[in-house]
Amino acid sequence: MRRLLFILALLLASPALAEEFITLASTTSTEQSGLFSAILPAFKQQSGLDVHVVAVGTGQALAIGARGDADALLVHDRQGEDKFVGDGHGIDRRDVMFNDFVLIGPTSDPAGVKGLKDAKEAMRKIAAAKAPFASRGDDSGTHRMELRLWKAAGVEVAQGAAPWRRETGSGMGPTLNLAAGLDAYVLADRATWANFKNRGTLEILSEGDPVLFNPYGSILVNPKLHSHVKAEAARRWHEWLTSPAGRAAIASYKINGEQVFFLPEAMAR
Amino acid sequence: MDDIGQAFVIAVKLIAEADAELFATVRLSLAVSLSATSIAFLLGAPAGAFLVVQTFQARPALLVLLNALLGLPSVVVGLIAYLLLSRSGPLGFLGLLFTPQAMALAQVILTLPIVLVLTYRATETYWRAYRDIFLVFGASRLRMIGMLLDSARAALVTVFLAAFGRAIAEVGAIMIVGGNIRGFTRTMTTAIVLETSRGDLALALGIGIILIGLTVLVSGGAFWLNQRMSDE
Repeated sequence: MRRLLFILALLLASPALAEEFITLASTTSTEQSGLFSAILPAFKQQSGLDVHVVAVGTGQALAIGARGDADALLVHDRQGEDKFVGDGHGIDRRDVMFNDFVLIGPTSDPAGVKGLKDAKEAMRKIAAAKAPFASRGDDSGTHRMELRLWKAAGVEVAQGAAPWRRETGSGMGPTLNLAAGLDAYVLADRATWANFKNRGTLEILSEGDPVLFNPYGSILVNPKLHSHVKAEAARRWHEWLTSPAGRAAIASYKINGEQVFFLPEAMAR
Repeated sequence: MDDIGQAFVIAVKLIAEADAELFATVRLSLAVSLSATSIAFLLGAPAGAFLVVQTFQARPALLVLLNALLGLPSVVVGLIAYLLLSRSGPLGFLGLLFTPQAMALAQVILTLPIVLVLTYRATETYWRAYRDIFLVFGASRLRMIGMLLDSARAALVTVFLAAFGRAIAEVGAIMIVGGNIRGFTRTMTTAIVLETSRGDLALALGIGIILIGLTVLVSGGAFWLNQRMSDE
């Protein structure tokens, strides 16, 4: 029995002996696209630091940061990020990269949006056809983008107004799974889609509208507010991510030969 | 159907190739759930027997409450543990959030009612049989508890197993307090959630098959132990 306890103690203690790390609250899109697996080894090699990524929706990531439970954030909701910094929770927000949203739907395309460049127009046609639409409904960056698009298209989607639109209340992957099962339209970030396997008959129908750009920002959790934050280590990550080395790592990440995260300069073009 | 067949192939392949990431995940799942169940057992089994030998006014109410807690939703436990361990919470100074220790703590909360209630039930029958003898000999409470647990030891294996089964299978609590960090707090169940959300259903089910195989092994071992104990 004593030996068993000893082994248990060892098993429990071992992670505590691991090397220095920071905790990064980020989004499911960055984690599930495989970006972190691609760039973290380069950072580790250069700095010796491990990065513990907690991947959640942008809303939850900001909440984790506000409670002081992460050292840095990498999220995508500009308004939410500015509020986070404005409220004093974070400091030194920087543009890191962007990807874009794509409108996905079944090959049969009952609303006839294939090839449309205007995202607003596409959303209007889906609403007019009352075609099934899968929404994240989880206050994530993607969900907030979708709501802005409906608003811009003049479509009322408040409670009960659009029964053809279903809120999954879950991450990008589960929502895509649902859309694949229901042959529904869905708004997704390109990176998650590129890495998504259970596609059914879904395909990209509309893309390329500038309003669909999706910028990611890196923010440091304010060490003045949370004294336990690993401020120095987090800053090293923050600097690396926006340094030539970090930018090169991001730009060289490809899924099936397709680049999914772009550097900020590319947006201006 | 294609996916299900493929899942078996993936499961066999992962084991055959001794996939390092999978092994680390399995090791973490076992370490967290075994330590959580052990702690819950060391605390809960004596306490369960204590509830048998000690009558007090609030006991019926406490038993009703504990029985209700058998169905404690794991996400709620996760949320409570998160709020306790968060830097802004009462135990935040420990810095345990998003660590395996935090996951073990959540699973202790989750399994403690199971150990308490099932130990209570297992020792109660012995109590009915032995109570008069205990009282005649004037045994101390501590001694009574010890003897009850010893008598019920075969049943206690099942108690341990029931608690372990709940711990190793749950995902709601450890997802919230562990954060599903790759190579650090990713367990088999959180890996299954992740692969499902990536749409890689065959890989998700493949890991699920390995998880089920593992629980069958553990319960087989417990069955063997149980047999040996009842033979003695």
